[in-house]
Amino acid sequence: MNHSLLVVLLASGIAYGTPLLFASLGELLAERAGVLNLGVEGMMLVGAVMGFWTVQRVGAGTPLTLTLAMVIAAVAGTLMAAIHAFLVITLRASQIVSGLALTIFAGAAGLSSYLGNDLNLADQPARHSFAPFLPSTLQKLPVLGPILFGQTILVYVSWACVVAIALYLSRTRTGLNLRAVGESPAAADTMGVNVSLYRYGHTLAGGAFAGVAGATVTLAITPQWVDGITGGAGWIAIALVIFAFWRPEICLVGAYFFGAMQALAPELQARNIQLGPTVLWSNSLPYVMTIVVLVAVSSGTARRRLGAPAALGTPYVREEH
Amino acid sequence: MSRRTHIALEQRLSRPRWLTVAVPVGSVVFAFVVVAVVLLATGHNPLREYRQLFDAAFLQRGALEQTLIAATPLAFTGLAAAAAFRMKLYNIGAEGQMYIGAITAAAAGLYLGGSGGASPFVIGAMVAAGCIGGLGWALIPGILRAFFKTNEILTSLLLNYVAGYVLTYLIFESQSYWRQTKGFNASVFPTGKPLPSSAVWPTWTIHLQGGIGLPLGAGLAVVVAAIVWLLYSRTRFGVEAQVLGDSERAARYSGVRVRRKIIAVMALSGAIAGLGGASQDGDFRHALDGDPNGLQKQGFGYTGIVVAALGRYNPFAVVLIAFLIGGLENAGNTLQGPSFPAGLVGVIQGIILFCALGGELLTRYRVRVTWRRDTRAALAPAEAAR
Repeated sequence: MNHSLLVVLLASGIAYGTPLLFASLGELLAERAGVLNLGVEGMMLVGAVMGFWTVQRVGAGTPLTLTLAMVIAAVAGTLMAAIHAFLVITLRASQIVSGLALTIFAGAAGLSSYLGNDLNLADQPARHSFAPFLPSTLQKLPVLGPILFGQTILVYVSWACVVAIALYLSRTRTGLNLRAVGESPAAADTMGVNVSLYRYGHTLAGGAFAGVAGATVTLAITPQWVDGITGGAGWIAIALVIFAFWRPEICLVGAYFFGAMQALAPELQARNIQLGPTVLWSNSLPYVMTIVVLVAVSSGTARRRLGAPAALGTPYVREEH
Repeated sequence: MSRRTHIALEQRLSRPRWLTVAVPVGSVVFAFVVVAVVLLATGHNPLREYRQLFDAAFLQRGALEQTLIAATPLAFTGLAAAAAFRMKLYNIGAEGQMYIGAITAAAAGLYLGGSGGASPFVIGAMVAAGCIGGLGWALIPGILRAFFKTNEILTSLLLNYVAGYVLTYLIFESQSYWRQTKGFNASVFPTGKPLPSSAVWPTWTIHLQGGIGLPLGAGLAVVVAAIVWLLYSRTRFGVEAQVLGDSERAARYSGVRVRRKIIAVMALSGAIAGLGGASQDGDFRHALDGDPNGLQKQGFGYTGIVVAALGRYNPFAVVLIAFLIGGLENAGNTLQGPSFPAGLVGVIQGIILFCALGGELLTRYRVRVTWRRDTRAALAPAEAAR
């Protein structure tokens, strides 16, 4: 029963969805501050390669090494986000072009590939990786076992992050200020909120989340390094923020939905199930479904009622307001 | 007495002409300084690397020919991006539109081509088919944007992955019309069916560096640049697109049919990218390249965005920048190895783009730095004297 296609898809949907969830939570924080960062894919890849580098080079015990790897991945993502933050907040560059530039700079044919080559990381299995850690009696429970208890610690950490961010946005002073900055920076400025500081802080936090998301791919899902290993997950994460109407709890549902879709292709191949051009449609499915859902939420009333932060994508210059 | 440095940004009322040239040039110089620091930090000698880079890009025997081969697709994808970005339609799907253009153009070439020399009719059909293929693929994000206001950045990008899977499927996972099925090699490693000789595009030899071939595609790219320039600067279409790019509301009030215009611009952009795909078939690969490590590994569509942004969306500047970035790409391929790791070229491109973006500030704002004495300290004695 625990090996039926549905249970396996739900369980691996959660696993595959976790990097999407981390990345979209980070993007959500940046966008709530009014900064659109299209560099998620690039930040994820740099986090992925630096996290992988850490486990290959650090000789400490597994728990310590993996913790360190996640910290380094977060720092790497933060540094990448800092470039974007400086360009769009201080130098007032176009957020769209700067984000694209970040993905080109850091992405599959840029810095992440350079680091992977320069540090000789390709074609080796990871020395340490995340594995399910709860007692096996729990993991063997029918249906719920693999889905809820057969996950790595990252999954439970991501749940804690969802709760923390939801509370942060709705129940704390800084969270409310953040929303003000994203909706109307001029009003927030009048209230005495430091708009630039909020924007910097949350863009950098978004980078840290993207870095962790990347390392989740290379240390938990496919423990190895290949150029462009995230395969567009960063872009799906950006789309996810839109479907989730900028709310963390909906990000969680969406991430697992798309995670399950990403898990479908390898699972069908492993079971040798053929339905027409299986490789073609099962690999394309996550991308096509993302487009379908984007169309559904972007048209008509859904958009008007639960819209994006009003100042998303626009620089804030005090003298020009 | 204390002094305070005060930095203020003042909006410029007009942009001086010299700045629009000086700022990009200055950005590139600054970028190379930044890259030199990165190279030094990672234990490379920047001067040696730059010299090698320049030799491999332009000076070595045969270098210019390879640079043209790398630059031609970038000119197409750069023009595709420029045509759309100009009106703030961010089509980042040139990559996928190029694949689809390559597929349709190869179909035309395989179907119509025969033995004998290059045939203008067959080549014309391939050009048309490539344009139509790219155009069709670009219509998906275009129509979704026009009718449902769906973000075209995400849809056009996600479709790149889908187009990549289609391309791989046609050569590797099916017995399609494009796949070579005869011969010994076909059973060992799947490849595209070679184009018949009349579907292979001609080259013109220039007597330089011992003879370099100028591909037909490079000439077509210049023609396309001229067409895009004419369209945007000399026609009603261009003016309306420009207005729409600045303000959708203003465009609507002045009677521009917004939906139609969005779809037309996306179609134009996709057709140019698709033409780039046709040029890949006809000029360089002479078959449909479905290998995930072939055409798909090049990332022409993404580099085209760098090219377009550095050329500030001016079609002729885009062609020139494509040539320079093509040199960089070519040098990267030639030098690739332990002392020049893959990915370095992407890093350099990214840094150049960041510097150009940052430098943009200087064309919009005047930076005024003033040193003035602390006003409170200066006022205090005056107050006391009163």
